Amino acid sequence: MIPLLSVRDLRVGFGRNPQANEVVRGVSFDLADGETLAIVGESGSGKSVTALSINRLIDFSGGRITGGAMKLKRADGGIFDLMTATEPQLTGIRGAEIGMIFQEPMTSLNPVLTIGTQIEESFRLHRGLTGRQATAAAKDALDRVRIPDAARRLKYTPNQLSGGMLQRVMIAIALACNPRLLIADEPTTALDVTVQAQIMALLAELKRETGMSMIFITHDIGLVAGIADKVMVMQSGKAVEQGELNQILDNARHPYTQHLLQDVPHFANGRATRVDGQRDKGAGTEPALKVDGLVVRFPLKSSFFSRATGAVHAVDGVDFDLMPGETLAIVGESGSGKSTTARAVLGLVRSTRGSFTVGARKASAAQSALPVQMVFQNPYASLNPRLTIESILAEPVIATGGRVDAGTRARMASLLERVGLPRNSLERYPHEFSGGQRQRLCIARALMLNPSVVVLDEAVSALDVSVQAKVLELLVDLQREFGLAYLFISHDMAVVERIAHRIAVIYAGQIVEIGDATSVLSKPKHSYTKKLIAAVPTIDRRHEHFELDTRQVPSLVRPQGFEPAAARWVQFGRDHMARTEA
Amino acid sequence: MRILRAIFGHGSGRIGGVIVGVYLLIAILGMLGLTPHNPITQYRVDRLHAPNGAYWMGTDLFGRDVASRLMAGVGQSFTVAFFSVAFATLAGTVLGLAAAWLGRRWDGMLMRIMDVLLAFPAILLALLIVTVAGPGTWTSVVAIGIVYTPIFTRVVRGPALSLKAREFVDAARTFGSSPSYIVTRHLLLNLVAPLTVQVTLALAWALLTEAGLSFLGLGTQPPAASLGLMLSDSRNLMETAPWLMIFPGLAIMISILGFNLLGDALRDILDPKMRRAPA
Repeated sequence: MIPLLSVRDLRVGFGRNPQANEVVRGVSFDLADGETLAIVGESGSGKSVTALSINRLIDFSGGRITGGAMKLKRADGGIFDLMTATEPQLTGIRGAEIGMIFQEPMTSLNPVLTIGTQIEESFRLHRGLTGRQATAAAKDALDRVRIPDAARRLKYTPNQLSGGMLQRVMIAIALACNPRLLIADEPTTALDVTVQAQIMALLAELKRETGMSMIFITHDIGLVAGIADKVMVMQSGKAVEQGELNQILDNARHPYTQHLLQDVPHFANGRATRVDGQRDKGAGTEPALKVDGLVVRFPLKSSFFSRATGAVHAVDGVDFDLMPGETLAIVGESGSGKSTTARAVLGLVRSTRGSFTVGARKASAAQSALPVQMVFQNPYASLNPRLTIESILAEPVIATGGRVDAGTRARMASLLERVGLPRNSLERYPHEFSGGQRQRLCIARALMLNPSVVVLDEAVSALDVSVQAKVLELLVDLQREFGLAYLFISHDMAVVERIAHRIAVIYAGQIVEIGDATSVLSKPKHSYTKKLIAAVPTIDRRHEHFELDTRQVPSLVRPQGFEPAAARWVQFGRDHMARTEA
Repeated sequence: MRILRAIFGHGSGRIGGVIVGVYLLIAILGMLGLTPHNPITQYRVDRLHAPNGAYWMGTDLFGRDVASRLMAGVGQSFTVAFFSVAFATLAGTVLGLAAAWLGRRWDGMLMRIMDVLLAFPAILLALLIVTVAGPGTWTSVVAIGIVYTPIFTRVVRGPALSLKAREFVDAARTFGSSPSYIVTRHLLLNLVAPLTVQVTLALAWALLTEAGLSFLGLGTQPPAASLGLMLSDSRNLMETAPWLMIFPGLAIMISILGFNLLGDALRDILDPKMRRAPA
């Protein structure tokens, strides 16, 4: 049988001399009708370039296909050569036969046009529909991707819809003309985990309904277990391994695939939590950080002159304590208030109410001037590009009134070595380092002042999966060595499982469940925690159907003077409690 | 020294550096009076001579040597351009950083004042200031400086606002860095590129504005020479004595080209990303 898409020895290069600058170096695969192929790899592996080459969008990104063959079987059974096709022919293929969705739904849609107009465009171009017919078709398309109240939503502009909704709109556009192949390039990476589960469920359902084939590109091998039939693992432009899903997941042969499966954090329902540094060991010691009744509100004003009419309750009564040498992970989705909590602890946002107590650390260590330090999410934005590493590391010392003397320099050198960076790093600039190395620099900078608490705000989220694992290892080592307490803010349950001793689940500005990591992850009690954990993709869940749950997060905007009801807690086990639900 | 070597190692920097260097030399010679002829002496018998061996660029309506006047004029125009742009850069950077850093009311107030200044056409505002203060080299400097201050303020404020929200500024706050340290190391240092580009553009505009003021009789006062004044004098004789317009025009054009090339080079050289990594 002829496959729907057959790619042979595909080579793609960039720049003036594409042959010498190949990013994809000989990739071959076949895709049958109705089959889903997952392409897995880290950034720079060439997975996206491969996908963009299939519909020849790569021509517009400065890439050039330097060799190989790509053949698409058309609906009438004819063979279409994607390599030699002219641009007008390709325009007819894109959208009609090959649909595509991208990573960032927020930037893939035009912000000034209504989503209705943008969906109709596809029908207008490929089916020649106009006016009322096009509108009706657009409404059907939105219904198909399970957007409630579709007729009204057609008139919305992208800013009025959430990321998950926008990704559904993107899918609706991609599927408008019933393409037989859908290319999904990291379609859920920018989305929250529960929204990711919804989109994955939707894609699986649509695939069943239409019988289309799909190429699913991702960095997360755990995500593909639920949807893929075949898996292709890519590393530096080559397909290092490909085969049936079960074969790859159970009997990976290539060392890189094994590495992706074993060394990279995968969620294991509380079976992979840490066993060192448990809380009871330090019973009786003073907490390194204690937060009591933290409230952060942002007043809402319609104009400069009017009075506040309400407030965004970003954080609404959060308490926790953090022992020396312990990691408390705050998990939640975007907009839950987890980052605001962290920033309030550092004084980067002003808290409306609440108190922080920063306790004394181990008597042996020197007292630090600023005991709480922070590592930020984006290693590319948190280092000033115009300063050398030496100036960057010196800044905390200068800021606290210290001098850059031989002792400071020795500390810089030892910290750099400790975080695994080359000795000659001091004279260099941030852009000379990779993302993982930059995050190590940020960690070194945070440790310059010898803090007792380090706030890690999504500190590994921007890193590639295997780099992520190494940075996590480093963090655990540093914690043991210096007795650091970590406040670890993350949305990624797999990462949290590796580093947390305790977990606080935050939802709509309030902690809904807090306790021992193993207990919270293996026996979640609050309905939101359950939902969150159920949405995490794992390699154990093959072809499992995620449930569609389109509940929206409640609005955090409250009228002026609103106070939430006092929380009531139910205790489960020694260190595990959940808020009672209304 | 290192900067000079870097400029000459940079393709467009070399050309721009040579052009600006030659101009500086001409300006100094012109200001010291080391010109082939006296720029204000009128050789009545040699009026409107085309360029020849004695008068390299010809003579004007009053029989003055165009080459000598050009040298003196470059000195005059460059003095005004340099000092007015220095004024505008300094004032605009300080005001822009203040608006961005202090935010809220200060930002609103400062930027509204700048909006008022910007609402006037540049030449009209300069005219107003010069009329009030009386013509002269230094009033021209201040007038042109004030005219271009709002542009620098805006060029600084916008990027400074976005830099202020960057994570490295947040990080600096978490170690308790002082505002002056944050403003100078984290904001100003990252504004070098837009400022260099703006300075080179503004030098060119300032030359033209000075020319405009002189043209209207409010800048450099005759019989002293400036490039703008020479251009404006040439206007009625464009057909009979084109050299009167061609040479000062070329002088302005080439100097602007030189400033732009040099500015591009400086922008690249001052960007650590363009530096080669130490081996």
